[in-house]
Amino acid sequence: MTTHLRLPLPKPLQEIFHPPPTPGVLGVFQYLDATLDAIKKLRAAGHTDFTVYSPIPRHEIEDALGQAVSPVRMFTLIGGIAGCAIGAWLTLWMSADWPIVVGGKPVGSIPPYVVIMFEMTILFGALSTILGILFNSAFAARRAGTIQYDERFTNDRFGIFVPGGADKAAKIESLLRDAGAEEVRRG
Amino acid sequence: MAEAQRPSASRVTYDYVTRTIARTLGNPGRGYFLLLGAAVTLLAIGIITLLFLLRYGLGLAGYSHPVYWAVFITCFVFWVGIAHSGTLISAILFLFRSGWRTAIYRTAEAMTVFAVMTAALFPLIHIGRQWYFYWTLPYPNERGLWPNFKSPLIWDEFAIGTYFTVSTVFLIMGLIPDIAAVRDLATGWRKKLYALTSIGWTGSNEQWRHYTRGYLYLAALATPLVLSVHSVVSWDFAMAIVPGWHATIFAPYFVAGAIYSGCGMVITLLTPIRTLFGLEELITVKHFENLAKLCLLTGSIVGFSYLTENFIAWFGGNPTERAAFWYRAFGPFWWASWTMYICNGFLPLLLWFKKIRTNITALFVISIFVNIGMWFERYVIIVVSLAGEPYEPWANAVYNPTWADWGIMAGSFGWFFMWFLLFVKNFPAVSISEVKEVLPPPKRQAARSGARK
Repeated sequence: MTTHLRLPLPKPLQEIFHPPPTPGVLGVFQYLDATLDAIKKLRAAGHTDFTVYSPIPRHEIEDALGQAVSPVRMFTLIGGIAGCAIGAWLTLWMSADWPIVVGGKPVGSIPPYVVIMFEMTILFGALSTILGILFNSAFAARRAGTIQYDERFTNDRFGIFVPGGADKAAKIESLLRDAGAEEVRRG
Repeated sequence: MAEAQRPSASRVTYDYVTRTIARTLGNPGRGYFLLLGAAVTLLAIGIITLLFLLRYGLGLAGYSHPVYWAVFITCFVFWVGIAHSGTLISAILFLFRSGWRTAIYRTAEAMTVFAVMTAALFPLIHIGRQWYFYWTLPYPNERGLWPNFKSPLIWDEFAIGTYFTVSTVFLIMGLIPDIAAVRDLATGWRKKLYALTSIGWTGSNEQWRHYTRGYLYLAALATPLVLSVHSVVSWDFAMAIVPGWHATIFAPYFVAGAIYSGCGMVITLLTPIRTLFGLEELITVKHFENLAKLCLLTGSIVGFSYLTENFIAWFGGNPTERAAFWYRAFGPFWWASWTMYICNGFLPLLLWFKKIRTNITALFVISIFVNIGMWFERYVIIVVSLAGEPYEPWANAVYNPTWADWGIMAGSFGWFFMWFLLFVKNFPAVSISEVKEVLPPPKRQAARSGARK
C-alpha cells in the first residue's frame, strides 16, 4: 500500500507527515450505483467524515456527497489579479526608473504593457491554481486523519472508508454490505 | 457523447484501459530503440554544429546583411507553432467537452512542452554567446542594459516563458492521477519512482473535488494564453515596418497556421506510437479523422490568409508592398513560396474527402507535407522578406542556408524526438483516468440485465 514514499523522518515529524492509520471500515465496490447507495445510506445514518475513492471523477459522487464548490477558484482569482498588478507595476516602475523615450511614445505607455500584464495574469493565475489544488488536497487529507486505501481504487473499483472505533465497526460493515460492497474489511 | 461512439464498449473496460496503457511502460521492442537512436544521433549532429558555431561565429550560418534572422528564427517560430495544437486539444477542446480528445490529449500536451523546449533553444543559439542569455531578462541592472517593454521581443519572452510554465504544470497536473494508477500496478524501483511523482494521489473525493475545479481553471487560463502566444510571436514581425511583415492580419494568421502545423505534428507522432505500443483500440481512426478535420479548418484559414495578404498587397496600392509580394512569388525564392502555397493552401483541401480523412497512411504522408509547408511559410516570411526588402534594393541578397543551419535544425528534431520518446516510454502517454471518463461506468443494473459481460 505505497501511496507515498515514506521518508525516514525523525519521530515528531513522522507523526505529522505520516500519522498512524485511523481505525475504521473500508468497503470495496465494483459498481458505481452501489457506491452511490452506500453514500446515501451513510449520510442518512449520520456519518459525515467518510472518504470516497474513485478511479475517475464522477458528478454523481459529488452530488451524493453534497460537496460545496472547491475553494480553488479563490486561489485562481487572487493569483490572476495579483499577476495583473505585478505586470503593471513591473513595466511602469522599470520605465520610470530608467526613463528613455522610444519611438516617440510616453515613458509609461499602457497599450504595449497590456501584453505583459496579460501574460503575468495567466502565469500567476495558473501557478496559484496549482498551489490551491495542492494546498487544499493536502489539507483535506490531514483533516481526514489518514487514509485506508486499496490499490484497485485507481483501476476499476470504488471505495468508501468510514472511520470509526470497534464499537461502531459492525454496524458500518453491515451497512456497506447491504449497499452492495463486494468486500468489506476493518482497518 | 463518446459513450455511444465506441464500437467495442464491452471489451474496453476500466481494467482494460489501465492495463493497456500501463503496458506502454514495459519493454517497447526494437522499433522504439531504433527511433530513439536516430533521435540521439540527430541531437549529436546538432551539438557538434553548435560547437563549430561557438568557435567560428554565426557567420557559419550565413548571417549577413540584410538577412540576420534566418533559419534559426524560422525554426523557432516553427517549433512554437507546433506547440499550439497541444494546448488546443488539451484546454480548448476540454472546455468544449469534446469526448474524443481524451485518448490523444496527453501526447499532444507532451508535444507542446517539448516543442516549446526546442523552440527556446533557438533564440539562445541566435544570440551567439549563450552564457550571456541573462542579458535578455528584464530587470533593472548596473550594466547599462535597459528593459524596453515597448519591444515585441520582450513580450515574446514573457509569452513563451508563461506558455512553457503553464503547459508544463498543466501536463504534470493531468499526469498525477495516471501516475498513481500505474504506481498501483508497478513493482520494484518503478513503484518508488511513481510513488514519489504521484505525490500521494489516492483518488479520494476531496482530491477529485479540488483537482477537477483546478483543472477547469487551468484550461480556462490556457485557452486565451495559447491564442496570445502565437499572436505575440507574430508581432515580432508585424510591429516592424518590413513589407511582408507589417500587416494586421498576422496574429490570427499565425495562430491558425500554428494549430494547422501542430495538428499535422500530432498525426505524425501518433501514427508510429499507436502501432509501436499497440494502442489501436484506444486511439482509433475516428481520432485521426477529427484531427484531419481540425487541419482542414485551420489550413483553410491559412489559405484564406494567403489570398487576403496577396490581394491587399495589390489592392492597397503601396508599391513597396506590391514589390515584396511579387519578389516572394517570382523572385529567386519562388520555390520556397510555392512549396508553402501548395502544402498549406491546396494540400488541406484533400481532407474534404472522407476516404482520405479515414486513411491513416494518407494522413501520415499529408501530415509530413503540412510540416514541410509550415516550415517554409516561416522561411518565406522571415528570410525572403528580408532578402528582397524593397526599401534598400542595393542591399538585396540571395541568402541560402548553410550546413550549419541544417545541422542545428537536425539537432532540434533530435532533441524534440528524444524527449518525446523518453516521455512516452516512462509515463502514461494516454490519459488513463480521462479515457475511463468517456466509458460507461460499471453499474449494477446493467450487469444484472446482462448488457455488460
